[in-house]
Amino acid sequence: MSKRPEHLAPPEVFYNADEARKYTQNSRIIDIQAQMTERCLELLLLPEDSSCLLLDIGCGSGLSGSVVEENGHMWIGLDISPDMLDVAKERETEGDLVLGDMGEGVPFRAGCFDGAISVSALQWLFNADKKSHKPVKRLYNFFSSLYASLSRSARAVFQFYPENESQLELLTSQAMKAGFYGGVVIDYPNSAKAKKFFLVLMTGGAGPLPKALGTDETDNSLQVKYAKREATKGARGKPLKNTRAWLLEKKERRRKQGKETKPDTKYTGRKRSGRF
Amino acid sequence: MKLITHNMLTSKCIKGVLTGYPLAINATDVKVTEVDYNPDFLSRVIPKLDWEVLWTAANSIGHGEGLPKAVEPKFEENEEFLKKAHKVLLEVEVEEGYLTCPESGRQFPISKGIPNMLLTEAEVQ
Repeated sequence: MSKRPEHLAPPEVFYNADEARKYTQNSRIIDIQAQMTERCLELLLLPEDSSCLLLDIGCGSGLSGSVVEENGHMWIGLDISPDMLDVAKERETEGDLVLGDMGEGVPFRAGCFDGAISVSALQWLFNADKKSHKPVKRLYNFFSSLYASLSRSARAVFQFYPENESQLELLTSQAMKAGFYGGVVIDYPNSAKAKKFFLVLMTGGAGPLPKALGTDETDNSLQVKYAKREATKGARGKPLKNTRAWLLEKKERRRKQGKETKPDTKYTGRKRSGRF
Repeated sequence: MKLITHNMLTSKCIKGVLTGYPLAINATDVKVTEVDYNPDFLSRVIPKLDWEVLWTAANSIGHGEGLPKAVEPKFEENEEFLKKAHKVLLEVEVEEGYLTCPESGRQFPISKGIPNMLLTEAEVQ
């Protein structure tokens, strides 16, 4: 069973009252969220000594919002989980809260935010929790409406947990399609625990991507190297996909299920010759 | 929901709605909380606001008294104006009520101060 919360239930169900409570009582979660928010704000490159209006996407219980407040900015939070927002309300954060689904689009007027941050929320967009959900379309909806709601030269920084490289590709391609420039910055790429992915999107002109933390080489921020630990964990003992061994096992399984299966021969799993 | 949020909120995510702005407020419960006064933030955000919408919204929930109908020139130096704007933008909060989309008439409930902008499957573009 996967440990990723996205695989367990839709966000509005997963973040129930119990889960929401963790986000106010568990000091480890609070610490990590605060650190990641600090880093997001750093990557946002807001004008110094001015207080800006930020959009917090997937604000949850407002942990990230508290950090934004400490830095002297005002924020508006968007989240899909009513329980998490209730906790945010209890914590009496200064920011304002809106219940909404980012996949439906960001419900704000054009050009009103000086920046957007999101901590550990973006990976939820890859899920299709309802029959009508199409992740690619939802990503595009989200990015295009976000692009509109940001003021020019504003940035959007997302900390998120991608599952594999194709998710990273999909994410960047949809963001570029919506008009953003930018890419993925990976902090501490060689560490298993401290490794963090940040999607940095810019609206005005292609500036250089900020440098990642904990890297020795100077230019590996765009190189996406992803440890496939999660993928191999579930596949323990299973032969590699598209190999002969995998095919034979699959046929064996079909036979056991009583389904019609062609017999195994020396030709099974062989590539066709070019003449075919 | 503070009025600064209302000033930015639209219902353009609904299928067939073009601008979805401004949303009409029907408030049944409004409260005023004290928030730190930050003139720097206000002078940065006021040019971005649709002041007319703010003025109408403030009056529709009964907190528009004394609020000028238009942004005054050189408002950055006018502390009286900034204080008024601060109160209306950040301190007045709609706790219960609903927002109405000007185009489709769809209503978005506000409960415990949080507007519910979730759409049904049929409404999504």
